[in-house]
Amino acid sequence: MNEELFISGRDIPHIDPNLEIWHWPIALYLFLGGLAAGILFFAALYTIRGQEKELPTAVKWATFIVPFALIIGLIALIIDLKHPLYAWQLYMTIRIESPMSWGAWTLLAVTPLSMIWAASYIRELWPKFDWRFEILRKFEAWVQKNRLPLAWIMIVLAVILGIYTGILLSAFNARPLWNTSILGPLFLVSGLSTGAATIMWMSKNEQEQALFRRIDLLLIVIELFFIIHLFMGFLAGSQVKIEAAKLFLGGEFTAPFWIFVVIIGLVFPAILEILEMRGRKIPVSIPAICILIGGLIFRIIMVEAGQITRFLY
Amino acid sequence: MRYAMAIDTLKCVGCSDCVVACQIENKVPVGYCRDWVTETVSGTYPQLELELRSERCNHCDNAPCVRCCPTGASHIVEGGIVLVTPDECIGCGACIESCPYDARFSHPDGYVDKCTFCIHRVKEGKQPACVSVCPTKCMYFGDMDDPNSEISNILARRKHKVLAPEAGTKPQVYYLI
Repeated sequence: MNEELFISGRDIPHIDPNLEIWHWPIALYLFLGGLAAGILFFAALYTIRGQEKELPTAVKWATFIVPFALIIGLIALIIDLKHPLYAWQLYMTIRIESPMSWGAWTLLAVTPLSMIWAASYIRELWPKFDWRFEILRKFEAWVQKNRLPLAWIMIVLAVILGIYTGILLSAFNARPLWNTSILGPLFLVSGLSTGAATIMWMSKNEQEQALFRRIDLLLIVIELFFIIHLFMGFLAGSQVKIEAAKLFLGGEFTAPFWIFVVIIGLVFPAILEILEMRGRKIPVSIPAICILIGGLIFRIIMVEAGQITRFLY
Repeated sequence: MRYAMAIDTLKCVGCSDCVVACQIENKVPVGYCRDWVTETVSGTYPQLELELRSERCNHCDNAPCVRCCPTGASHIVEGGIVLVTPDECIGCGACIESCPYDARFSHPDGYVDKCTFCIHRVKEGKQPACVSVCPTKCMYFGDMDDPNSEISNILARRKHKVLAPEAGTKPQVYYLI
């Protein structure tokens, strides 16, 4: 037997008995950040490859979601701050060792860039629209001329944004479930997958849909491999890591994780996509919605479960 | 200069005076505490082992809370004491997540709060509040860099441990066992 209790009494809000400092807004932000990163990544990638004409949804239409996703994500982040009036302190310093610091700086760069990117396509997609002011027209012309360098900046920022949502959690040594280096790549792949699913869902072009179906299937396979890898790492790790894995292998998160994240969010859409590739007609929205819901639930579960795991002494 | 604390688990009776002294000295809001007493019971009856520990921020040498703070509000001052500047803290909670000892909490005013080793008293040459009230005199506070200090002596003589050394934080609150 090993029993531990606070005899002085300790019931600090959000700390005892289990840490609950981060709630659903953080999970929502991690999801929207990953989604934004995914869409921007593909928009930049196919701009660099010069396929704007063949893949209009990836390069143009889908990017209109990104500013909204990032702004809702930022609002969620600010809601979760306990001292929000001091949020500007984030931009008074750059702290290399703090993932949250460079995440904040990345957001400061990527949010306006995503707005500029989408705005530069408004007149092409809605020809009746007019920028009204000469300076805005000039700026639009400048952006249109410099799309290629902007795409290079955007692809780098998108990868940083996508991977940062995972590294943010993995940097916490005190929470064994998060403290694994595979979490960054896993969140990046999951974010790219939600981005690809969104593009696939929005696309009205058969060839573009087929391309993103293939990309998405590949990302799902990589994600499943990373999840297996995650648990292998935990089970081969120290006691606290084994305890973390047990939450998902018989513990309280077993059912939500395997049903919602793995089966509904990954395996089921993968099967639908394979069937579609074999010629069956399946509404594109079904796999896309499953992937998006799976991605959101994955982040909610990781944020919740990570805060339960801790060092015991 | 390296401030540290040593607590004799064999002398501690778990009276929680240290907790009350801290709450009064530091005006800790009701329902919160910067230090607390943990009782660990292990073994099988009748072979039971009981350990009492007065716990608090470990003022780690390798402090994860300072590393992950995005604004620099969490910082280390001379003597190795880990402090939070309320006006720089945005209340993001990263440091709370990063602490293996759950020693930090979100103050009702929004910023993150924790044990300061009573730096305001230490500067005046006094002992931290918890140490000064301990009725069994089981707590020792002082400079580890001074080989003649009481804490250096007692740690040289007595068997001791730190909490969760595997977390790699190099904690500076020692427990004499």
